[in-house]
Amino acid sequence: MTQTAWAYLSNNFIYSAMGVFALTLVVHAFETAWAVRVPAGGTDLQKMDYSKAEKAARIGTSLMSLAFILLFVGIIARGFANGHVPWGNMYEFSITGALAFVGAYLIALRKYDLRWLGLFISLAALLTLGTAVTLLYRDSAPLVPALNSAWLIIHVITAVISGGVFLFSNIIAGAFLYLDSRERGLGRPAWADRLPSLDFLDQLSYRLVAFVFPLWTFSVIAGAIWAESAWGRYWGWDPKETWAFITWVAYAAYLHARVTIGWKGRRAAWLCLFAGSTFLFNYIYVNVWGTGKHTYSGL
Amino acid sequence: MKNNKEIDLPEIGARGLARFAWRQLTSMRTALILLMLLAIASIPGSLMPQRNQNPMAVREYFANDPTLAKWIDRLSGFDVFSAPWFSAIYILLFISLIGCVLPRTFEHLKLVRAKPPTTPKNLQKLQGYTLFNGNGEELARAHEFFRKNHFRIREQEGSISAEKGYVRESGNLLFHLSLILVLIGVSIGSLFGMRGDAIIVTGERFINLATSYDALTYGKLTDEKSLNTFSVRLDKFVAQYDPITNSPLDYSAFVTTEDEEGNLLERVIKVNSPLTFGSSRVYLQANGYAPVVTVRDEIGNVNFQGPVTFLPQDSNLRSIGSIKVPEASPQLGFVSSFVPTYQRDPQAGAVSVYPELLRPRLLFSIWEGDLGLDTGVPQSIYKIDTTAMTRIALDSLSPGERFDFTGGSITFEKVEPWINLAVVRDPGKTYSLIGGILALAGLLASLFGFRRRIWLRVLSDGQVEIAGLAKNNSAALDIQLGDFERFVRGDK
Repeated sequence: MTQTAWAYLSNNFIYSAMGVFALTLVVHAFETAWAVRVPAGGTDLQKMDYSKAEKAARIGTSLMSLAFILLFVGIIARGFANGHVPWGNMYEFSITGALAFVGAYLIALRKYDLRWLGLFISLAALLTLGTAVTLLYRDSAPLVPALNSAWLIIHVITAVISGGVFLFSNIIAGAFLYLDSRERGLGRPAWADRLPSLDFLDQLSYRLVAFVFPLWTFSVIAGAIWAESAWGRYWGWDPKETWAFITWVAYAAYLHARVTIGWKGRRAAWLCLFAGSTFLFNYIYVNVWGTGKHTYSGL
Repeated sequence: MKNNKEIDLPEIGARGLARFAWRQLTSMRTALILLMLLAIASIPGSLMPQRNQNPMAVREYFANDPTLAKWIDRLSGFDVFSAPWFSAIYILLFISLIGCVLPRTFEHLKLVRAKPPTTPKNLQKLQGYTLFNGNGEELARAHEFFRKNHFRIREQEGSISAEKGYVRESGNLLFHLSLILVLIGVSIGSLFGMRGDAIIVTGERFINLATSYDALTYGKLTDEKSLNTFSVRLDKFVAQYDPITNSPLDYSAFVTTEDEEGNLLERVIKVNSPLTFGSSRVYLQANGYAPVVTVRDEIGNVNFQGPVTFLPQDSNLRSIGSIKVPEASPQLGFVSSFVPTYQRDPQAGAVSVYPELLRPRLLFSIWEGDLGLDTGVPQSIYKIDTTAMTRIALDSLSPGERFDFTGGSITFEKVEPWINLAVVRDPGKTYSLIGGILALAGLLASLFGFRRRIWLRVLSDGQVEIAGLAKNNSAALDIQLGDFERFVRGDK
């Protein structure tokens, strides 16, 4: 197969994945609606029928898995079209990031019932992919010499996985804050009764961060080793490096606050959101408007 | 809070105050605040242009708004990462860290050598309490289990206590101590390191001497005596480009090197594979074109001959440069640009449409007068100050062509590529790397290690009781207690 054929194949798979994510979104919208709908005769939770929502949730998860596989194949095909790993520009980082994000959700699903998040996850994936194919798309191109290194694989894949899990933990922390404010005010709405307890969400967002923080540390170290061999210094406060450092420090503060001081709940969730937003800022701002050595080939 | 007014505060004194300050500094809360401050203090360093990365942008800032730039500069806004306030934060943070971690390390070392605590009287209330009928073998089998699983053991009359999982605290301490090692590595690098840039044209030789550099900076505690002996001659430079996107595919600098012992070696420098000479490494950082020209006066004497390095302006290597001929009288200056693949654009004029030398062309305007080289003000080698000069001609040449003007001629002989070598010595980087790896190992140990105690007691009636206590992972302890019980009872 020629590289152009691979490129077309990749694009087709990415578009198919988007189609299936859109379907997932619709199914999860029904799932949420059926779970939200309060039966006639009041809000007696005992009588609420979740069986339709449950069915929709199962279909939603199957569709999400299918979309994940399509996206995965699309990214692999992109790699064949490039003749190198598909991590050379922002389009490729974005589609891989969406894969890591959905992957984090699907893996977490094996252990916890988080299908109530399906609506947000499919929406976030769809928006990321939509931005990628419309604004960020670049034709498949060879790597510039600076990126031509084995460290590209190690550094980028760990950074992308870390980012996916960080953002997933942010979604959980966001859900915590929403439910927490509802419980403090009017009380948890009837439809949210099937959602896990605040304690569980609090713990889960912490566990995700604790699990992925060493990977992020590794990614920063791998980046430093690579920078030493490509640019002659392992750390130079390039904007990307600076923000990676900020993210690292913010999550280090978060872990200390939780483990050593014993922060929980709202304060911890806000700190988690802050740390996660520094990662997102690094990705969006520094890539698009920033200067420095991490900007390649126009995005 | 008590009402302070009514309390007669005792005299604290200088020592008391110092102790109070030390306690405050080494408290976790302070460390956390400093950590967040460090993150926030880094932000301006990524939004403002920094002098050591982008001096041009800093100069632009000064040109656009001198008053604002002056104030930003007073607050070290263009040198954030060497600013006093930035240093203050991380130095305080590390003092706080040392003050927190060192006492804990000593305590931990004591604890690791100590035997586990004796078996509590009452095991019933502890985790996974089990009672079963024994056969007299239990103490020996428990001992075997603990030894096999690397527990620390304390044997007592009729009971045994065992403890494991100090790896968590060990990892935690290792992580923090390693960060100190990283900082030491960074400090050694900035005190004893050096970094220099040198441009060499094909055929030229770079010798590692202070005078060979175009730019050279030393750490505070080192100087040019630390430069080791080696040389690099550029034999050939090959750049490959993708014909569809025009983006570079590969840069290879074929060089002949000579080390301290005089061994000649043919080697290749690429972007991701620098050369190493002892403690120094040589990197390929940039490249461009150097047109070779000859400038003669009206009777044919050569006033200038040689390659002139031009500075690339875009990805197709349209480059600007200046040919200065102070030997001519009056002095001559050629304000020039060079395009490797020439094309005429109705708006932009001469542009380059491909970075390789497909249709090279040198464009210039000739200026006559005073180049201003004797004023003592350092000048860019790529630009000419034409305020004291008048323009006498304008033309463009292909390689091999000559242009005659009143007072002389210029011949565009050929084009040679140039490369920018960066020579770096960082004696601290190994420490930083080891620190980073140890920190990661410590982090993993502290996150995944867990501390637990297990007890077994044989009661006077021959019954055996087992229980445990976990610091942070009771689920994993349940599993181990199950294994332990099966092992002790002998049914594996």
